[in-house]
Amino acid sequence: MSEPVDQAALLRTPLHESHVAAGGRLVPFAGYELPVQYTGGVDEHRAVRTAAGLFDVCHMGELLLTGPTAGAVVNGLITNDASKLVDGQAIYTCACNEAGTILDDLIIYRHAPERWLVVCNASNRTKMSAHFAAAALSTQGCDFVDLSDDTALLAFQGPKAVAIASRLAGADAAALVALGSFRFRETTLAGVPVTAARTGYTGEDGLEIFCQNQDAKKIWDALLEAGRNDGAVPAGLGARDTLRLEARLSLYGNDIDETTNPIEAGLAWCVKLDKPAFLGKDALVAVKQAGPARKLVGFEVTGRGIARSGYPLCDANGAVIGRCTSGSPGPTVGKNIGLGYLPAAMAAIGTPFIVDCRGRQAAAVVVKTPFYKRS
Amino acid sequence: MSNILSDRKYTNDHEWAKQAGTSIDIGITSYAVDQLGDITLVNLDVKEGDTVEAGKAFGTIESVKTLSDLFAPVAGKITRINKDLESKPELVNADCYAAWMVSIEPAAGSSIDGLLDSAAYEKLLASLDH
Repeated sequence: MSEPVDQAALLRTPLHESHVAAGGRLVPFAGYELPVQYTGGVDEHRAVRTAAGLFDVCHMGELLLTGPTAGAVVNGLITNDASKLVDGQAIYTCACNEAGTILDDLIIYRHAPERWLVVCNASNRTKMSAHFAAAALSTQGCDFVDLSDDTALLAFQGPKAVAIASRLAGADAAALVALGSFRFRETTLAGVPVTAARTGYTGEDGLEIFCQNQDAKKIWDALLEAGRNDGAVPAGLGARDTLRLEARLSLYGNDIDETTNPIEAGLAWCVKLDKPAFLGKDALVAVKQAGPARKLVGFEVTGRGIARSGYPLCDANGAVIGRCTSGSPGPTVGKNIGLGYLPAAMAAIGTPFIVDCRGRQAAAVVVKTPFYKRS
Repeated sequence: MSNILSDRKYTNDHEWAKQAGTSIDIGITSYAVDQLGDITLVNLDVKEGDTVEAGKAFGTIESVKTLSDLFAPVAGKITRINKDLESKPELVNADCYAAWMVSIEPAAGSSIDGLLDSAAYEKLLASLDH
C-alpha cells in the first residue's frame, strides 16, 4: 500500500477530494498536491476573464502578529507603509533582507490596531514564518502565531465573482458588493464565518476568502453551485499563471527572488523610502540613487516562438543581455508574452531584442505592461 | 480516457506512426495531447528531403504551459511536412490522429515493425496511471 515517496511527501489541502471529484489534474507545487487544470488552462483562463473562477490557494502561508507593537514589527520588515492602513484594509508589499533583495512578496491585512495578518507565498512559508517570529520574539508586546496549517484560502475571481458570492452572504450582501479594492470584512458565506478580501492575483475583480480548514469544502461547493448558471468554474494553477502574467503580477521564484530588488523589478511603487527605518532601506536608497542597472520588462514575442522562464534574451548580435523570468501565450491578449530582466539602457518600450528559444531565434519587443487591464 | 487506434503503431514518447503508402505519417497521441494541454505552436526543424535518424528530435510542440520534443520513430527521409500546423497548431488538439506532422520514407532496413502495437501502448498507458 505504499505510494511513491515524492507523492507521499506532498501535502494535501482540505479541498483535495473536491479536486479529484472534479477531474483536476494534480501536480506537485510548493510541497502541495494541487490542480494544474480541470478542463483546460485556456478555458479556465477565459472563464475568469468573462465570468468567475474558483482557485484553491490553501497552500499560502498566514502569519498573525498581535499586540501593541505588532504593527510596528510588521512595518519594520516590509517596504510598503502599513502605518497608513485602517482596520479592514490590506496592502501589497515586498519584504527585503538587509541587502535590499526580495525575501518574499506579501499582502498585509490590518484587522485591528493590534492584530495584523501577513499572507506569504507557500514556497517561502518556512522562511517568512521564522523571519516574522524572530522579529516578534525580540520585541516587547508582540505575539506571533503561524496559522497556515489551520487556515484555508479560496480565491474567487472574475467579473461576476463578487455578485455570485454576495448571494451567499445573506444580510451582508450589499456590504460585500460595496467592499473597496484591498478592503476586507468579516462576513458569513453559506452560513460559515469567513474573512472576505477584495484582492486577487488574476487582474480581475474578485475576492480572496479565508476560513477554517473544516469549512473550506462547504464554501467551495456553495460558490460553484451559486455560480453554475453564471459560468463559474474551478480553475487551476495553469490558468492562475497565465492570468497573473497578463496582469503583470510578479511570481516569486521566477520574476523576483533574493537576487532581485523591488526597484529593478518594477515594484518601486511599494517601496516607501520616506518611511522610518525598515529592513533593506539603506540598500534600496542606494539603488534608487544610482538607478537600477537592469529592469524587469514586459515583452511580446513578435517572431515565431514562446519565451519560457530561463531562456536567454539577446541583442541583435546574439550576445546574451538578460534572461526571461516568465513567459507563455497570453490567452486573452492573444500574443506570446513574457517578463525578463534587460539592461536599463535597453528597457525602453519599443526596444527590439531576440529571445533564444532553445536555439531558435525569435524576435521580441519591449511593451507597456500590464499586458491586460480590465475595463 | 486516452483514445488508441489499432491501425497504427506507437512509441514510448507518445507518438504514433502510420504506414501511408511507402511513407510513414508521424503524430502525437491523445495521451500526449492531454498532458500538453492547449497546443499553441508546432515547430518543425526539418524540410522535405532532409534525412532523420531514429530517436532524434525533428521539432518541438508547445502548449500554453510547456513544450515537448518530437522524435523521429524511424530513420529515413522526410517526404512531406504538414504546413497547416504552422498556422493552425490547434488542429492537433482537435484531432491528434488526423494531425500528422511529418511523413518519413524509412531508410533501407528501417520500418515501424519494432514499434509498440495498440495493445502494447495501452499497457504502457495503464502503467503510467497510478
